[in-house]
Amino acid sequence: MASVGCPLRVCRGILKELRAQCGHKYQESMAYTFVMEQFRKNQVTSEKLCRAQQELLHQAATYLCLLRSTRMHLALHEEYHGKGESKPEDVAKLVGLRLPQQPGGKGWEN
Amino acid sequence: MLRQATRLCTHFPVRSCTRSYLSERKKFYQDVSISQGEGGLFEVSLDRRKLKTPGGKLFAVASEPLAIAVATEWDSQKDTLKFYTMHLTTLCNTAIDNPTQRNKEQIITAALKYLETDTVCYRVEEPQGLVELQKNEWDPVIQWIEKRYDVEIGSSSSIAGPTIPQRTRDTFSQHLASYGFWALTGLEFVITQLKSVVLPFALIDRHLTVEKAVLLSRLEEEYQIQRWGSVEWAHDYDCQELRSRTAAGTLFVHLCSEASTIKRKLLQG
Repeated sequence: MASVGCPLRVCRGILKELRAQCGHKYQESMAYTFVMEQFRKNQVTSEKLCRAQQELLHQAATYLCLLRSTRMHLALHEEYHGKGESKPEDVAKLVGLRLPQQPGGKGWEN
Repeated sequence: MLRQATRLCTHFPVRSCTRSYLSERKKFYQDVSISQGEGGLFEVSLDRRKLKTPGGKLFAVASEPLAIAVATEWDSQKDTLKFYTMHLTTLCNTAIDNPTQRNKEQIITAALKYLETDTVCYRVEEPQGLVELQKNEWDPVIQWIEKRYDVEIGSSSSIAGPTIPQRTRDTFSQHLASYGFWALTGLEFVITQLKSVVLPFALIDRHLTVEKAVLLSRLEEEYQIQRWGSVEWAHDYDCQELRSRTAAGTLFVHLCSEASTIKRKLLQG
């Protein structure tokens, strides 16, 4: 069984992502109600290994990963691919270069 | 196809062409809700209009958590609809419409083709650092799956890859056949994303986390990143995309196979 961290951390992670997605009204969303209900229902007090709880925790961690990576992918997409074709200066800047400057002009301008 | 898409408000042609994959439509709804319709299936409504698939069919899923997750995807869209971030919706649409018109056997054959060229079975002979990294990271997963399914896989550094015994193929084929059509669609999606059969099996059996499976699938790239540095707009971009796709596929398989267990129990009772 893969180790996914403690349930509380996973739960808070999911809630944080939902808040980032749905804004301040996230507590009224279906996902919030469902996630909280699942985490409350499956709390165990003893330290015994509970298979169902472990399975659920893996699922919760998977959902957290989905929400988090989708948000980060979207942020990167908007930063680098979402603005259409970039200018030559920006492309050069991306790889740490600058376009050459020609003080006297390039010769073909009027 | 595109004309039809604009006519049907809840219809998007995810698989029809590349441009539409990246195209963004204005958000045309405010409220997203789910309801239980015919046959106990869960439907998603956008402002009281029922969501439909690109094929024009009613969007209905057997699992309530899946319906909630799909509704959350639609709910979290801001001004424009970004379909490339809605992996669960896309997977459901693919399962409902079955755009490639394949049956279970054909999907299994297609998925098992990845076993012949499985990422974790292909090894390099140099550089030494990567050879050791592959051995240390990939060998435990291969050992785990060989023990768990009582099969023989092995690894190889030849261009032809390892020879997979027929018995191994048959075992995996049987396991895949035990999944329903929906779960199988999700599993094939994860297999094609990770370019591996071994890693998705370990993922579905909860032996690995999504992050770890993605790391193992991109091991050589991670090695190169460690050596040459990470470039955000290429490496991180790919990594996050692969993670979100893999997580969506895994969640989809789990949620869809749970729903089928509940159904079976009800039938028995």
